[in-house]
Amino acid sequence: MVTDLDSGFAEVVRTHERVVYSVALRLSGRPADAEDLAAEAFLRAYQALRGYHGERIASLRLRPWLLTIVRNTARNTARDAARRPAPPPAVEPAEPPARGASVEQQVERDDVARELGLVLVQLPEAQRVAVVLRHVVGLPTSEVAEVLGCPDGTAKSHISRGLHRLRALLTEPAGDGLVAGRTLR
Amino acid sequence: MMFNDLDSVTDALAGLTATPVPGLTDRIFGSWLAAPSRLGATFVAFTGAGVQFVRSAESVRGDAAAFGDAYRDRFGRPLRPADRAPAGLLVALAGRPTPVRLDLRGLSDFERDVLTATSRIPAGQIRPYGWVAREAGRPRAVRAVGSVLARNPVPLLIPCHRVVRADGLLGDYMFGSTHKEQLLRAEQMNVDEVAALARQGVHFVGSDTTGVVCFPTCPHARRITPAHRHGFRTAAAALTAGHRPCHHCRPTGPLPQRPPPTPGAVGD
Repeated sequence: MVTDLDSGFAEVVRTHERVVYSVALRLSGRPADAEDLAAEAFLRAYQALRGYHGERIASLRLRPWLLTIVRNTARNTARDAARRPAPPPAVEPAEPPARGASVEQQVERDDVARELGLVLVQLPEAQRVAVVLRHVVGLPTSEVAEVLGCPDGTAKSHISRGLHRLRALLTEPAGDGLVAGRTLR
Repeated sequence: MMFNDLDSVTDALAGLTATPVPGLTDRIFGSWLAAPSRLGATFVAFTGAGVQFVRSAESVRGDAAAFGDAYRDRFGRPLRPADRAPAGLLVALAGRPTPVRLDLRGLSDFERDVLTATSRIPAGQIRPYGWVAREAGRPRAVRAVGSVLARNPVPLLIPCHRVVRADGLLGDYMFGSTHKEQLLRAEQMNVDEVAALARQGVHFVGSDTTGVVCFPTCPHARRITPAHRHGFRTAAAALTAGHRPCHHCRPTGPLPQRPPPTPGAVGD
């Protein structure tokens, strides 16, 4: 990437698009928004890399660096969206069933994924980012701390508090069956 | 599934990784290719949304890398070689009027209005910068129109070579005034006639049979026979003399809503 930025960057996208997209999806909540967010974050990363010296590029820890950009981009988008009226809620398209799973298993897994996705977006931002990075995409705690810009111990506590809150949200009696839309403190 | 312990929560979270839809790379990278045009070889960059950037090879000394750098500086996107040209591009670059999708994201509203007005000038005709300013809704922004067109991201596809000075000179062009004249002559514009009129101080032509006043390159002006032709220095002078502005070339700018055509009515 130091010698030929563009083809190097194509390699960066190939290597990291799965992690970047997975995080983008869990931070934005909707596939269409996640694509926008992932593409926007990669473009910002590219623009930043153009201004870096070879040495700086060579010493970059790419994954946490990219995910920091995803987080910041998501925060900017959320801030801008808060100033505009919200678009009508979209219906999530069902993901195609994976091979090897029975229909029942697949349906149950989809339900779990949807429910988890809905409660995840109710976590405070730092906890949500921490839980997604640690447990959805499996980053080591040190990288989670790097993305959050905090000490390892603080990152651990964000992860742990996030998990506990998630479990509480998931096991609470769900009233009329709707989890989303309630304010939980 | 029940979430009685944290392990069941973390297990479920691990199942949330998602595979990005194919095409994320397409949304990030621009594509580029070299293509022939009326100006000789050009370099063209485009995205999935349309053509974004056109430059003559001559203007970058035939250096594709210099074109790439100019693109990256301006659009902040990585580039990769294209497999094929977008629909209509090659035909449009060859000079035939063909719709080509353009990607004009990142431009200001004013820039887009200027380019849209410019794109409405037909082949073989010219309009002054002030006309574009009026059509873009900013009649006083004549100089700003010049600056926007000097940076036209897609010359040839948006024909900025058809915008000229009000005094009848063809004026500057991003690829040089020689190329501007060459392009206009190739479109059968009456370059010499317009220059001769300008030397006499004539910038508008009216007909005493239709009572319509036009720019001298308007087809309705070019078909007026010499006996019925009247030259004017300004559009205002023509209006004072009783002419009405042509609906086709709109020499006085955007006109009020045209009345519905009545059967048997003659055009402009």
